[in-house]
This record gives sequence, structure tokens and C-alpha cells, in this order.
Amino acid sequence: MTGHLLSIEDLDRAGIERVLDRARSFAEVAGREIKKVPALKGRTVVNLFYEASTRTSSSFELAAKRLSADVVSVRSVGSSVEKGESLKDTVQTLSAYDPAAIVIRAPFAGAAQQVAGWTDACVINAGDGKHEHPTQALLDVFTLRQRLGSLDGLEIWIVGDVLHSRVARSNILAFRRMGASVTVCGPPTLIPRQIEALGCAQRTTLDRLGEADVVYVLRMQHERMREAYVPSLREYAQRYQINLERLREGQLLMHPGPVNRGVECSGAAIDCAASLIGEQVKSGVAVRMAVLYELLVGAPALQAVA
Amino acid sequence: MATEPLLSRSAMPAEILIRQAHVLDPRCGLDAPLDVLIRGGLIAELGAPGATRPPSGAAVIEAAGKHLFPAFSDPHVHLRTPGQEYKETIATGTDAAAAGGFCQLIAMPNTVPTVDQVSVLEALRARARQQASVPTGFLAAITVGLRGEELTEMAALRDAGALGFTDDGRPVVGAGMLRKALQYQRLAGGVVALHEEDPSLSADGVMHEGAVSARLGVAGIPSISESTMIDRDAAIARYEDARVHFQHLSAAASVQALSFWRSAGARVSGEVTPHHLTLTDEELLGLDANFKMNPPLRSEADRKALIDALRSGVIECIATDHAPHAHHEKEMPFEQAPMGTTGLETAFAALYTELVRPGLLTLPVLIERLTAGGSLYGLNLPRVAVGEQANVVLVDLARDWRVGERGYRSRSENCCFHGRRLAGVVELTVAAGSVAFAAPGVRTTTLEEV
Repeated sequence: MTGHLLSIEDLDRAGIERVLDRARSFAEVAGREIKKVPALKGRTVVNLFYEASTRTSSSFELAAKRLSADVVSVRSVGSSVEKGESLKDTVQTLSAYDPAAIVIRAPFAGAAQQVAGWTDACVINAGDGKHEHPTQALLDVFTLRQRLGSLDGLEIWIVGDVLHSRVARSNILAFRRMGASVTVCGPPTLIPRQIEALGCAQRTTLDRLGEADVVYVLRMQHERMREAYVPSLREYAQRYQINLERLREGQLLMHPGPVNRGVECSGAAIDCAASLIGEQVKSGVAVRMAVLYELLVGAPALQAVA
Repeated sequence: MATEPLLSRSAMPAEILIRQAHVLDPRCGLDAPLDVLIRGGLIAELGAPGATRPPSGAAVIEAAGKHLFPAFSDPHVHLRTPGQEYKETIATGTDAAAAGGFCQLIAMPNTVPTVDQVSVLEALRARARQQASVPTGFLAAITVGLRGEELTEMAALRDAGALGFTDDGRPVVGAGMLRKALQYQRLAGGVVALHEEDPSLSADGVMHEGAVSARLGVAGIPSISESTMIDRDAAIARYEDARVHFQHLSAAASVQALSFWRSAGARVSGEVTPHHLTLTDEELLGLDANFKMNPPLRSEADRKALIDALRSGVIECIATDHAPHAHHEKEMPFEQAPMGTTGLETAFAALYTELVRPGLLTLPVLIERLTAGGSLYGLNLPRVAVGEQANVVLVDLARDWRVGERGYRSRSENCCFHGRRLAGVVELTVAAGSVAFAAPGVRTTTLEEV
């Protein structure tokens, strides 16, 4: 009997809260001198990363190690999948090690879901294409709860390249599920048509940014210029950069990282007291420990999910 | 010397009496139980139900309660031959067609190599003459290698039997190139069929652009990618007074464009697939690559517009765009998997179940649209009439089946209807006067012959 975490929609509000309550107790472990608990001793966690990733892969690795699991990290960036070796073959090979969990990051939507069909292990989606990144959404909700207690009634703006962002999709759903309202804002070329079907509002200017309690900024990638989504980084920064002039007193700033300083966020904003960016990174390990624990040691929150 | 348009392997002419089936052929004004006697591969008699005595040597099929239609014509299939026989061969593709009730097929030229020269076409036709269980004709490419750069030898290809021309799988991107092909059509003849897609709009899209693609974070193909090209190319066709056929229409805006340009005098026609008539992009939520095709499944509003256009005749015919792919190819992650679904074995049942039963389309209109495809390329319409070559299909509308439960006759299994329960079981297909398919238990020979 295993469950998976493939989409943030696998969790209802109670399920999210259960994982985050668990994460809070693991955050306490992180404050101890010896940061390990024996929960997954003797079990194996495979990290399968088909895309460059620093934060997500290192925090999953650390999370598994702090739970005393044996960890195998397989990175194949620019990988064999693209050369035609099938994802299925790789997963079946790794499944021969009888892992308890496979954490997968792949540049293709639905990859985690496919992997779940090919293995007996619990599968955790660490980012599939531009589709979803559910553990990022969980750690962002965790970070906000740590700071504010609750997301109920919050107005959260997600600013930037929503079109290419799996974080945006998982976070819109998670924030809404936790009681917040979400507005996405960015250049019209980078807002997906019919994004409002996810239950968010959309704006193309920051004029009403003052209404936001939380400003969640997305990474602006340089290749978007080449693809003519925006004419220049300069124009993008003029219109959409979050800086201290645009942030008002009391607003919180978040970013999934890595940040392009001076593009989507000014350096001063990143480092200001309203920034939760450092907290987000810190939350990553505790939340991923909680996800692994809930899936593998067994609490009904995630196990209900087939 | 005129070449025969369709090729199939030689087969015994059918000698069958089909008794008391409900015969429905709207073009021939037939809609009643009749006995149908096929002798020497021709429809010899249409008699009062139960009154026809079987001549010696004829098999008898008791078909009370079943329906007999003119067999279907599919103007758009991919038989993957030459070059990709691991997906489909002429033998397996035509067997799939026979099991689906088809008596005419037109195969697309985007093979490996492309059907862009006479030698390739001749070899292909020779193979069809050996292997095809259903008469099959071929389109040739408009441009060499489908690259959109140089015209094929269209006149020579026509002389060698090409029914028409298409770069299907790709659009003719350059308006100037298309114009030259349409000018040259005045010499070569043959319908020019177009896969309409503006690659600068479809870009790296892999599904319909809409709420579902927004949710999935998968790059979308906007409907204007198709409709703007139809507008452009219909305008060129009218200017050159050329004959153009638009393949696999998927969007409401495309239907409007077709309708507009036809009333403006352009000689244009259109086809639509069973999957675009019955499914929408909602199916993609599970990222199952069997629902990935080009053009993509679109919105419910698009689907409704396609049904309306089929009903009114703005779209003249149904085409399956049967596009087999091997299991390992469709098992790739969704964004990498190839586009296409098989369709020959499910076309009638899917449309009967999803359109006729809910009252969206009448059965006579469905039969007209399923039989019209080949006629757009100058082929004979299948008709249930005395003296005609027998092209008929016997269907049990009262029985249903689960798609794929007994496997497929196609070499590939990438069917978007896989696992669905559909009503309407094909029991017998007679194509060009010979039995092409008989369901298990349907005896088509007499005891003496066995």
C-alpha cells in the first residue's frame, strides 16, 4: 500500500495541514545538534533528477538522510531520455534496488505520474516540466504559516513568468486550498490563456500591487528574450521588478529561487526584512522530511491517494 | 493508359445472400428491411425481406435486426509503408479498415521515404496489389520530402496513379509555394489536400491551447494556428480557381473559414475525424499520450461546431486520420510522445455511440458522411443498388463491445477510444465485391466450399 505525491491536488486542506504539522516537528529536529531521526533506517530513497537543480535535489537528499534512509542520487541532465533511452527502462532498473521512494524531477509534464505506473515505490514529484512542483508549494505554505499562522483571507500575488512556471501552477492551487485569494500578474505574453480556470485573477500591471499581502515573485529566465516574450530585460524590470519602491509596509516577499538579482527582484528587496526567501530554503528540508515520512511511515493523509 | 485508382489483392468474388437486414443507403433512398443478394461480387438483387431464395453456391447470412449500409470510405489514413512497418503495414492497416467496415482507403505520403517520386509510388502500389484487403489509393506529396521547397513531379505522379497531393503531417508554409502547386494543378489534376497549421503559431505546442493546457503547463496549439491558414489558402485557391481539400478540421474558427470561402466561390471541401467529433481537450488532463494528436482535441465549443458543420454539410466527410504508433513510442512522456491515434476499427462505433445515440446526428447523415470521402478524390461512391459492385457493411447496432478487449487488427494499439464501451459491431465487410472481413461466427462460404 503506497501513496504518491504527484500533484498538489493529491492533498486536500487537511492533508496539507497534516504534512505541515509534521514538518514543524522536523523543523525542531533541525535545531538540534544531532539532526537525525531513525524513521527510515534501512530504507532506500532514489533521487532521479533529469534537470539541473540545486535546492530541490540537495534538500530532498538531506531530508532523506536526516530520516536515516539510504540515498541514491541519479542525475542525468541533458540525459539519456532525450537520446531515446526510455524513462521506463531507467525507472525499472532503479526499481530493482527496491527503493521505498523515488523522487523525480524531469523536464516533461506527467513524468512523475508515468513513473508511478512503473514502480512499486512511492513517487514524489520534484517538478515535472512546467506542470507541477508540489513540494515547493508545500514549503511555501509552510513558510507562510510559520510567519502568519494561517493563509485564510490572504491576498497573494504571483508575479512574473507564469507561462513557464510549474511553481505558479502548484502554488495557485495550494494557496487557494489554504484559503488565500491569488492574483497572477505579468506580461500578457507570459500569462497562459485561460489561467483563470485555476481560480485566480489576472493582471498585466503592478498598479494594484498594494492590495497584496504577499508578493510571490517568479524567476525570469534570460531565454525568454530570445523567444520574444518580452522585448528586453530592461523593459521587464521597469514594469515588473519588485523593489523597495513597489513593496509597501507589511507586505511579504517570496521567491522560489534562484533569483536573478536586479531583474525580477532588486537586490535590496531580496535582502530586506520583508523577504522570506531564506526561510523558504530552510523550510525545504523539513517539509520534504515530512512528505517522505507521511508517505513511507504512514499517516493516512497521503496514503489515501492512489 | 489510365491507371486504376485503387489497388487490392485478388480475392474471390462474394456469393452471399444477406437476409432481412435493415438496408440503409440514403443516397439510394433505401431505408427498410430487404434481402440483399451478392453474386459474382455484384449486388444482384434487392428483394422483399425473407422472399429471396439462395442460389446454389451462395452463403446465407440471417441478418434480421441488423443493419446493412454502403461500406465506408476513408480519405485519410497512414499505413506507415514504406519505412515504418513496425507501426503498420498495408496488410495490417487494410485489415483494420476491413474490420471497421471500410471499402476504400486513401493513404498519406508522409512515409519513409516520402511518396514524392514515381518510383516510390509504383513500388507502393505494387505492394498494395499484393497485400491490401481493402482497395487502397495513394496521395503523393506536394513538395519534395514535404520540405515545402520544390514541387514534386505532380503530372508524372498523377499518371502513375496518385489520387491527389498533400504534405500531410505538415502545412505548406510558404504561400508562394502553395500558389505554384495550385497553378500546376491545372496541368496535373488531382485534389490538393492541406494539413493546416501555422508553425509560428503552433510552435512547440502539443495540445489545444485553453484552460486544460493552462492547468497542465503544457504548450498549447491555438485554434488560430489552423483557421488562419485555412483563410489564407482558401483565398489562394479561389484566386487560382483551384480545388483544395482541408484535412482533419478541428476548430470552430476553421469551420467558419471553410463556410465563408465556399460561399465566396472557392472550390474547397473539408473532413473531420471521429475523435474531434467525440472528444475534447478535457481528456488530456491525465496526460495520456493516446489523446495526443495533431490537430489536437479542442474545446467543447469547437466539438459542437464540428458536429453542426458535419450535419449541415459544410464538412462533407469523415476521415479517421488513422495514425498508428508503436507502444514504446507512445509510452514516452506526454510532451515527447508522437502525435496520432488509430481510428479505423472504431470510427463507426464511436460516432454511432457518441453522436447518433444522443441525437446529435441522424444515422442516415452519418452514413452519408462516412461514405463520401473517396468521392472527393473522384472515386466511386459505395452504393447499395442492383448492378453495382458490392461495397457493403453489416452492423449489429444492438450489440456493444469494449474497445481493445480482443486486441486490434492494426499493428498498433494507440487508440484514443481504448477501453471505452461502444455500441455497433461490424459483422461483415464486402469491399469491391469480395469479403474483406467477417466477424467470428459469420459464415461467408457455403458448406460445399469448405
